[in-house]
Amino acid sequence: MILYSLSRLAQALIVLVCISLIGFLLVSNLGDPLATLLPSDATQAQRDQLIQALNLNAGVVERFGLFLNDMVHGSFGISYRTHEPVSTLIAQRLPATVELALVSLAITVVLGVSGGVYCGVHAKSPVAKAIMFFSLAGVTLPTFVLGILLILVFSVNLGWLPSFGRGNVVALGDWWTTGFLTASGWRALVLPSITLAMFQVTFVLRMIRSQLLEIGQTDFVRFARARGLPPRSIWYVHALKNALVPVVTITGLQLGNIIAFSVVTESVFAWPGLGLLFLQSIQSADVPVISAYLILIGVIFIVINLLVELSYPLLDPRVLRRGT
Amino acid sequence: MAIRVGGFGKMSKVHRLLASCALMAGLMAAPAQSAEFKWAAPLDAYTLDPHAVDNTFVLSVLSNVYEPLIRRAADLSLEPALATEWHQDGNVWRFKLREGVKFQNGSTFNADDVVFSFNRSQHSGVEGMLATVESITRVDDYTIEMKTRGVDPILPLEITEWLIMDKEWAEANGAVKAASADNKDESFATRNMNGTGPFKVTEREPNIRTVMTANPDWWDKPQHNIDKSTFFVIANPATRVSALLSGEVDMIQAVPPQDAERVGSTEGFHVMSGPDVRVIYLQMDVARDELLFSSVKGANPFKDQRVREALRLAIDSEVIHKKVMRGFSVPTGTLVAKEVNGYNDAVGAPTVPDVEKAKKLLAEAGYPNGFSVTLDCTNDRFVMDEAICITLAGLMARIGVDVQPRAQTVGRWAQQINPPEYKTSFAMVGFTPATYDAHNMLQTIIGTRDPASGRGIFNIGGYSDKKVDDLIARIQVETDADKRRGLIGEALAIIKESAAYIPLHQQMVIWGIKNGIDLKQRADGGLPLRLIHLQ
Repeated sequence: MILYSLSRLAQALIVLVCISLIGFLLVSNLGDPLATLLPSDATQAQRDQLIQALNLNAGVVERFGLFLNDMVHGSFGISYRTHEPVSTLIAQRLPATVELALVSLAITVVLGVSGGVYCGVHAKSPVAKAIMFFSLAGVTLPTFVLGILLILVFSVNLGWLPSFGRGNVVALGDWWTTGFLTASGWRALVLPSITLAMFQVTFVLRMIRSQLLEIGQTDFVRFARARGLPPRSIWYVHALKNALVPVVTITGLQLGNIIAFSVVTESVFAWPGLGLLFLQSIQSADVPVISAYLILIGVIFIVINLLVELSYPLLDPRVLRRGT
Repeated sequence: MAIRVGGFGKMSKVHRLLASCALMAGLMAAPAQSAEFKWAAPLDAYTLDPHAVDNTFVLSVLSNVYEPLIRRAADLSLEPALATEWHQDGNVWRFKLREGVKFQNGSTFNADDVVFSFNRSQHSGVEGMLATVESITRVDDYTIEMKTRGVDPILPLEITEWLIMDKEWAEANGAVKAASADNKDESFATRNMNGTGPFKVTEREPNIRTVMTANPDWWDKPQHNIDKSTFFVIANPATRVSALLSGEVDMIQAVPPQDAERVGSTEGFHVMSGPDVRVIYLQMDVARDELLFSSVKGANPFKDQRVREALRLAIDSEVIHKKVMRGFSVPTGTLVAKEVNGYNDAVGAPTVPDVEKAKKLLAEAGYPNGFSVTLDCTNDRFVMDEAICITLAGLMARIGVDVQPRAQTVGRWAQQINPPEYKTSFAMVGFTPATYDAHNMLQTIIGTRDPASGRGIFNIGGYSDKKVDDLIARIQVETDADKRRGLIGEALAIIKESAAYIPLHQQMVIWGIKNGIDLKQRADGGLPLRLIHLQ
């Protein structure tokens, strides 16, 4: 178990360095930050001065070195666009994205798992067939279309829910703001979290269903049935536990996805999270913010993956036997 | 509210409904006592430091709090703000400052603050506004003199967005240096404001919302009746429109042309639009001996005036106006907007398209079968930019010129076409003269490139005409307004004749507004809160 954990940890570190390098290379080729930093009638002298100050003319290796050095010292620099420290910008936006992701994940787990189990166990019932039919829509409907549609119905036509923003937030300490403690915060969460969860719900649902159907055909389920175990115990105790390993992997990765790909949802609902910050930064080639964002997302994925992999032995001890 | 909740049980259904309606009405009427104005725009005023960037929108938001010496009225004419009088004497401008004005922290406004703001603006994002000012002198507490390099007749026009900061406040908070991208630390003024203006910032979440409340101690008599203004940033156009139609905000900026009709036809809302001072134009590379992105090798077809003229004749600005912009543009024949000092109708009329003549000119120039060239465009900078580019390609295909649009995000586009490399053969660009005066445009995008003086820094096609350069120098120092306009007209005519620039149109500012709000739309897209009246 210790060896297994250590090897996973080492892999994670290597991946992290690779992500920083790729992120840095992508970003250093993104566009001209001077275009947004200087007025259009800036002189060449002004341009040269800024290029010098930002180290833009240094070699790639040198710049990556400086970048890593700053990062290790916990500094991501100053945003080119807003002149605020990047770490502050990201810290301010993180709570909104995390809260949205958590609510979406909760929706995904509750609806996805319960729907998936129902459709797997009662595969032939008309209700299951209807669920499967509608879940196709969830997989195929693009996020922004769904978001705009929800806004049109629930904000513009019915006027029940806000179309943008996060509502009123409450500060918890210096580093966290939460929308969970106000009514308007919860109201603001409804549409974006449904939009963000829709794809994941249908994905998890379809996955659990097919896993259960497959396990239903395996020998141990047949033997259990032959021994006369009650169907409820067969499905919910034995089959479900075996179906869970891939589901936990997927759900874990989905949390990463929900955070990383909330960009579209955040843009549609003007949700003040990281995704929106990322989008705004790309438009102005705000290199320090983009680099920090990419690395942060990389770290989130790595941590989630690590947790998921470390949880396997608990769910299915056979993982350890297979060697690491 | 005299309705007792306990009484509900005895009422009939209708009565209950009426009662709850009355209750609702009572609840809804209550907040009307404090007049709140909520509005949304696609971008934030992304810094609160008035000297950090020269960006029309940012400065228009900040000038609700900070004020200039001379401000612009709703019709863009000049009126006294922190200066009460000003006059020019050769290369010296003397300003009388307003007495009895207080900053929002209580300290008194005087000449020291103006001198301080001048020093703070050196080597900052706004130094271009003060480019001609050599030095500034404090004469007494309420008089200052600005000495210009040479004679500068339009200095008052150039400083209407130059905002004044309190010296004592900046010094006390370590904000003496203007915020800039190469700072190692954040400046206090990036997040905090202390002006002399009609509003003060009471809440601020960068890129999310900015709340301003009326400043009760403002020196001027308020024309507005707003107690509180909340400005939201909503980047997505569809969401912005929804926020307006659902009543969450009272006014939105940058309504997409395709949604303008929907907003206008919804009961309770109207669209307000007017010409923007930004002109969208095409510019060709006339400097290189061989184009970077073209099928023609060993020669530059754009060096031939007939080829340039042919392309101009192929473009039908009415098609772009009607089909792409849906009426929200003003086709133009020159590079400055009607509202800009120096415009004249003789050059301003759009070119009438003539495909046959264009084909003939191309054939005469030696390209009877046309050629291909790449057109560099943005896809997130100007209104409908990508669609315009695609339409242009279609229009120019009519004369056999194969234009390939290359639409990119503004950062990449700028990296490519901007100095020092100017890597483009044909580009669609937009320009707004910050001074509302044609000289700024001529100096920046027309004059022969001269790194030393900064002339022609954004002349991406490398256009160069000795006569025009001389005119630009004369315009700079000419103090007689009529003579000056004549010189500008002369320069604009030469440029038009050359066909090295193809002006397309002025963009339009399009706002969606809830009925019952009286506001002024300025041609620079600015929304001064001091001119808003809620009914």
